[in-house]
Amino acid sequence: MTPLGLYLPGTSPLHRVPAGWKFLALLSLAVLVLVVGSPLWLGVVTGMVVLGYFVAGIAPRHCWGIARLLVPMLGLVFAVQWWLLGLDSAAVVCLRLLAALAAANLFTLTTRVEDLVAAVERGLRPTRRFGVRPERVGLLVGLTLQAVAALSTMASQTREAQRARSADRSVSAFAIPFLVRTLRHADELGEALAARGVGDD
Amino acid sequence: MIEFEDVGHDYDDHAVLDGVNLRLPERRVAFVGANGSGKSTLARMINGLVLPSRGRVLVDGHDPAREGRAVRKRVGFVFTNPDSQIVMPTAGEDVAFSLRGRGLSKSQRRDRAAEALARHGLDGYAEHPAHQLSGGQKQLLALCSMLVLEPDVLVCDEPTTLLDLRNKRRFVERLEQLEQQVVLVTHDLELLEGFERVIVLDAGRVVADDLPETALKHYRALIG
Ligand SMILES: Nc1ncnc2c1ncn2[C@@H]1O[C@H](COP(=O)(O)OP(=O)(O)O)[C@@H](O)[C@H]1O
Ligand SMILES: [Mg+2]
Repeated sequence: MTPLGLYLPGTSPLHRVPAGWKFLALLSLAVLVLVVGSPLWLGVVTGMVVLGYFVAGIAPRHCWGIARLLVPMLGLVFAVQWWLLGLDSAAVVCLRLLAALAAANLFTLTTRVEDLVAAVERGLRPTRRFGVRPERVGLLVGLTLQAVAALSTMASQTREAQRARSADRSVSAFAIPFLVRTLRHADELGEALAARGVGDD
Repeated sequence: MIEFEDVGHDYDDHAVLDGVNLRLPERRVAFVGANGSGKSTLARMINGLVLPSRGRVLVDGHDPAREGRAVRKRVGFVFTNPDSQIVMPTAGEDVAFSLRGRGLSKSQRRDRAAEALARHGLDGYAEHPAHQLSGGQKQLLALCSMLVLEPDVLVCDEPTTLLDLRNKRRFVERLEQLEQQVVLVTHDLELLEGFERVIVLDAGRVVADDLPETALKHYRALIG
């Protein structure tokens, strides 16, 4: 079970928008929610994102993973903010997070990573003359999204191993094996990429 | 052909390989040896992931130390851990990833990827999240992602160690069908059926190099 949604094949209008435009829209939305400070308008933006899920035809069961991640996190943020800064700011911060993360999740559900990577490479092509290598950036984007899936798999494996030894509440019984797994994964992944010729081009 | 000319390797002033001289023209070559005997180090030298401290390695006359790129085009590599070899979210994208920079269009890449998946026991898995495949399927995917590049040599470093018996058998079946030269590092003597040559390593040296039966007698005596 991965917390962030992976691509769900579909034919909805949202699926068919070119990846590059969708990515720009996502970035604009992230900027918008940072600029807008009214809870009402943030609520409207969040409502539009939710509408996007309906347009894309995403079944509720595919939102379970992200909901499990978002709800406790937002709950915690809301409580802390309310206590420190009052109800209004708490609502604003939480709506910002909710709108941005839900939109990012919707983006990954409706966009093939391959298409995003290609769009990033195409979009960055003019920066080549400044020494940027678009293929590398594209690869980085793809790997980052893949790493989220890999990390969450490793986290749940570590948690299972921890439970199996009934070390449920120990932080170090989770953190240390998780760190070791992560580092080993990074090392092995680097080697596998080199074997596939990454770095040779 | 793969050649090792008086190859040695040190990690922190400690020799883990020494005096290795081998010419490997056979289609099926295996390395066996205890943990730490230097098998992985030797295997990684074939595609330049590890460069020898002494001597040199040649693949069809190309030295990985100087022509890494040309060598990696010829040599595919399957590692032990299936989870670490997948770089894209879906099986199809992962195979297509291998074809980057080959001047193919997106749809050509996608077609070739689907074709490769179908050929190696993953028919219909192109859209499947790679991390939700079983261990054995992931290892087949790693194999696919290498084979789609049509290497002349496939090096596998204990590719079945983390697989269950059924998945192991499946993987081995695929290996047997390959036309390519296969260099296999393994602990599992069951995999050596059909191999033409088995090389036994001990503490960084070749201690036996023979037909499987004879070499394995040596190996069994060694680990006795
Ligand atoms: N990156 C490294 N740094 C230091 N020592 C290493 C490294 N990789 C392997 N070794 C050491 O080199 C020896 C041979 O390792 P390896 O080639 O992995 O053997 P095998 O695959 O036969 O188990 C071992 O003693 C191992 O500890
Ligand atoms: Mg090894």
